[in-house]
Amino acid sequence: MESKDFVRQMPGYVGSFSSGRTLWQRVHVDMPLLLLLLMLTVYGLVVLYSGSGQQMATVHRQGTFFGLAYGVMFFVAQFRLQFLRRWAPWLFVLGVVLLLAVPYFGTGAKGAKRWLSIAGLPRFQPSEIMKLVVPMAVAWYLSERVMPPRIQYVLISLLLILLPTVLIAMQPDLGTAILIAASGLFVLLLAGLPWRYMMAAFALLVGSAWPLWEYGLRDYQRQRILTLLDPEGDKLGSGWNIIQSVTAIGSGGFEGKGWLLGTQSQLDFLPESHTDFIIAVLAEEFGLMGVMLLLAIYFCIICRGLYIAYLAQGAFNRLLAGSITLTFFVYIFVNMGMVSGLLPIVGVPLPLVSQGGTSIITLMAGFGILMAISTEKRRIGH
Amino acid sequence: MPEPILKDNSLESRIFASRLLLALFVVVSLLATLLARYYYLQVSQYEIYTTQSDRNRVHVQPVPPKRGLIYDRNGLLLAENQPSYNLTLVKERVVDMDATLLLLQELLGIQAADIEKFKKRLPRHRPFKAAPLKFKLTEKEIAVIAVNRYRLPGVDVTAQLMRNYPFGELYAHSVGYVGRINEKEQQSIDQSRYVGTDHIGKLGLEKYYEDLLHGEVGYEHVETNARGRVQRVLEHFDPIPGQDLTLFIDSKVQRVAHDALGEERGAVVAMDPKTGGVIAIVSTPAYDTNLFVSGISSKDYSRLRDSIDLPLFNRSLQGQYPPASTIKPMLGLAGLDYAVITDESVVADPGWYKLPNDDRKYRDWTWQKRRSGHSPWVNLHQAIVESCDTFYFDLAYKLGVDRIYEFGDKFGLGQKTQVDLTDERKGLLPSREWKRQMYRLPWFPGETLNIGIGQGYMLTTPIQLALVTSMIAGRGKAMRPRLLKSVDGVDRPPVPMPEVKLADEASWDSVIAAMRDVVHSRKGTARRIRLKAPYKMGGKTGTAQVVGMKQDERYDAETVTKRNRDHALFIGFAPLEDPKIVVAVIVENGMHGSSAAAPIARKVFDAYLLAEQKK
Repeated sequence: MESKDFVRQMPGYVGSFSSGRTLWQRVHVDMPLLLLLLMLTVYGLVVLYSGSGQQMATVHRQGTFFGLAYGVMFFVAQFRLQFLRRWAPWLFVLGVVLLLAVPYFGTGAKGAKRWLSIAGLPRFQPSEIMKLVVPMAVAWYLSERVMPPRIQYVLISLLLILLPTVLIAMQPDLGTAILIAASGLFVLLLAGLPWRYMMAAFALLVGSAWPLWEYGLRDYQRQRILTLLDPEGDKLGSGWNIIQSVTAIGSGGFEGKGWLLGTQSQLDFLPESHTDFIIAVLAEEFGLMGVMLLLAIYFCIICRGLYIAYLAQGAFNRLLAGSITLTFFVYIFVNMGMVSGLLPIVGVPLPLVSQGGTSIITLMAGFGILMAISTEKRRIGH
Repeated sequence: MPEPILKDNSLESRIFASRLLLALFVVVSLLATLLARYYYLQVSQYEIYTTQSDRNRVHVQPVPPKRGLIYDRNGLLLAENQPSYNLTLVKERVVDMDATLLLLQELLGIQAADIEKFKKRLPRHRPFKAAPLKFKLTEKEIAVIAVNRYRLPGVDVTAQLMRNYPFGELYAHSVGYVGRINEKEQQSIDQSRYVGTDHIGKLGLEKYYEDLLHGEVGYEHVETNARGRVQRVLEHFDPIPGQDLTLFIDSKVQRVAHDALGEERGAVVAMDPKTGGVIAIVSTPAYDTNLFVSGISSKDYSRLRDSIDLPLFNRSLQGQYPPASTIKPMLGLAGLDYAVITDESVVADPGWYKLPNDDRKYRDWTWQKRRSGHSPWVNLHQAIVESCDTFYFDLAYKLGVDRIYEFGDKFGLGQKTQVDLTDERKGLLPSREWKRQMYRLPWFPGETLNIGIGQGYMLTTPIQLALVTSMIAGRGKAMRPRLLKSVDGVDRPPVPMPEVKLADEASWDSVIAAMRDVVHSRKGTARRIRLKAPYKMGGKTGTAQVVGMKQDERYDAETVTKRNRDHALFIGFAPLEDPKIVVAVIVENGMHGSSAAAPIARKVFDAYLLAEQKK
C-alpha cells in the first residue's frame, strides 16, 4: 500500500498489460464476486419457489430477470470509469428531470406514482436509476475537490443528495428514498466527512425528530413505527404482518421446518412471502442455519466490495465502490431488521432474493460498476 | 473546474482506508445485531413462536355424532339422517358481514327475513364455529358458491347429516322433530356435548329421548390456512353415534288410523294392554315435520299456528275431552265394587231421572227420539249396551262424588299416563276438594249426576281413555303406555300401573260381557262395526256435548253449526278372549260415537289383528 501512495494516478493513462492479468480480468469479471453472486442467486431462487407458493412461473420470471441482470452487469463492467465519471453530472440532471416528470406523467398503484412510461422504452422507475446515479454524482463532485471536504462542499453534496431523496419520498417511496440518501451519505462519509459535522448532523436529527413525526411523516408511516413498538396493538390490522413474520422466523428454530414445509409460509399466514418478507420464509424453512448461510454470503460480498474499494485507484472509483457496497448492506439490514421486528416496515426488498425485476437489475448494474472498478488496468500490478 | 486541484493523495488514501475500516466495523456489528436478533427469535424464543405458529394453523374441530335412528316395530325407518349441503359462515373470518350477506342474498335468493334472523342469531354464536345460514343447498347453489368463493372469505359449504322424516305428517305428534338449538336451549344443554351440533329434539320422542339419540361429540385436529380453509386432518377422535330407537308403533296401523280420521279433527291411540306398547298414536290434522328441521319460514309457521284446526295441537295427549259414555264401564265396575248395585239391580227408566227434592229432570239421550226411555226397568248390562243415562244418573247418585273420585284415581284419571312423549296433559277428575279450591263453592249433587255420564267437569285425554280401557281389558292389570320398545336392540322393561283389585273378580266379567254386547248384540250402540269381524271385541261408544243444553232445549244437529256438534268417542279392545289391542278414538264434532268413532276403531283392530294373523 505504501508503494502505491507514491503513484500519481492520471486520467487516460494506459499502462502496459501486466503479466498478472487473467482472462477474467481482461473481460472485466471479478471472479470471487461473480461466484458469490451466483451462489446468492441460486439460494434466492430456491427460497423464492417456496415463498411464491411453489409457483414455477414466478421462479422462471425471476430467472429471466437474473439472466437479463447478469447481462446488464457484464455490459456495465465494460465501461471505463472515466466515462462514467464524465457523464455522472449529466445523468444526475437527467434523473432529476425524470423524477420531476413522475408526478405528472407517472403511473402506479395504491396512490403511489413511481413508474414512468416513455414511448419506445419499457416501463421503469426513475428512482431505481437514481440509486446508482446519486452516489456517482456525489463521488464525481467530491473527487474533483480536496478531501476531507470543506463545509461548502459538504453542503452542496447534501443538496445533491436531498433533491432526489425528497422527490422520491414524496412519491411516496420511503424505502427507496432511504436507500438513495444512504448511498449519497456513504460517499460523504468515505470522503472523510469531519467528525464534528457528523456530530452536528446527529444532534440535528435528534432535535428534528418531533417536528418530523408531527409534520414529516404520513399517517401510514407513523402507524408503521407504532406497530413496530407494539405489534399486538392491532393484531389483525397493521400488526398482522409483523406478528406473522416474527412467528414464522421464531418457529423455524435452529434447523428450520424444511424446504416447502414452513406452515406460516405455505398456509398463507405470512403476507408478502415472495417479496419484502421472503427472509421469513427462509428463516422458517431453513432455520437459523439458513439465516447464517445467507448472512455469510452477504458478508463475503460486502467484504469483497470493500476490498475492491480499498484497492480502487482514484477518489471517484474508491468512493463509488465503497458507496455501492455499503448501500447493498443497507438493503440487507433494513429488510432483515424490519421483517424480524427491529425496524419499522419500509418497502426495501431483500437484495437478490425478493421477487422484483427492477431492483435486481439495478443491484446487478451496481455490481457491474464494482467489477469495472476491480478489473480496471492499474499502473502497478497487484 | 475553477479551482486548481491540489490533492494530497496520501492523506486521502489514509482517510479513505480508515473510513473503510470504520464502515467494515459498523457492518460487522450491525450484522452481529441481526444475527443476535435472529438467534433470539429462533433459539431463545423458539418454544413461544413454535406454539404460536401451531396455534395459527391447527384448529380443533368438533365432529358431531350421528343422531340415533328411529324405527317402527317392523324396522321401518321413521326418522333418518340424510346428507345435506349447508351454507355456513365463520363470523371471525368474514371481512365485511353486511356485504357478504348481501352478496349471498343476491346469489342464492335467500329471503331478507331469513338474513335478518341470521344476523340476530349471530352474536351468540360460538367464536370460530361455523354458523349455518341455509340448509339443503341444491347442486346449482353449491356451484354458485364455489365459483364466487374468492369473494366470500369465511363462507363455506359443509356437508352435514340432516334429520329427515320420510312420513312427514304421519308422525308429527309422536316422533316429533328436531330443530335449530335456540337461545333458551343453549343455556340448558351441556354445551361441550353440543359443539358442532346445530339441532336438538324439540318435540315428541326426538325431545323425550334426546339424551339417547344425540350421542357423544368427537374431535379432529385440522390444519387450516390463513383464510380458515381446512388443508388436512391431523388427528381424529371419533364421535360416538346416538342410540337407535325401535318403537312399538306399527306403521301400517298408524297409517290406517291416520287415514281413517281423514279430514276430521281427532285422535286415535292404540296400545298393547300386555306391554303398554303404543301401536298407533295419531292426532289430526298434523303437519310436515321436515319443515322445522331446516328452519320453518315465518309464513309457514304462522299458517300452522293460526289455523283454526290447530294442527300443532297434539290431541292424543293434550286434547282434554269429556269422556261421555265411555266412562260407563269403569263407573259400572265402581258400582259393583262398592256394592251400591249388583248385576241384578234395576232402575226405572221413563227417559229421565230426578233427584229427590229436586224438580230438574235429567234426561236420557234417547229423549229426543222417543219419550219412553230404554225400557221400564234397566240393569247394568243393558245400561252399558244401550248406554242408558238414567241408570247411570242413579248409579252416580248412589256412589257419590268421593267414591267416583277414589275409583277413577285408581284407573289413572286426572293424572298423566307418563307416556314417553312431551307436553302431556292430565285431564280432570273432579272432587269436592278440587271444586272448593277452584270455585270456592261446595259440591252440588247434580254435578255428580253429570259425572255419571262422563260430562260436567270431568275431562280425559285420549291416551288416558286408552289406559282405562287397557285396565278393564287386563282385569285390573295394565302397563303404562310407552312408545319405546328397545334401544339399540335391547328391550326396555314395561312399567306396570298399580293393580286394581276388586272385591269380586266376577265384576270384571260382567262389565266385559256388557262391552262385548255393545258390539255384538242386536241393541248394542256399536253393533254396526261387528259385521264380518273374524274376532270378537268389546267396546263403548260416547257422545260428548260441546255446548250445554238447557233443560228442554232440543238438540238438532242440522241447526247446530259444525263446530258446536257433539264429539264422537269410542273405546274398545280385541280380541275379547285375549285382548291384544285397546283403542281410544275421538272425532271432534263427529256427532255420534257409534257412527263416527267406532268404525275407526274397527279399522285399527283389523289392521293390527288381521295382519298379525297372516304372519
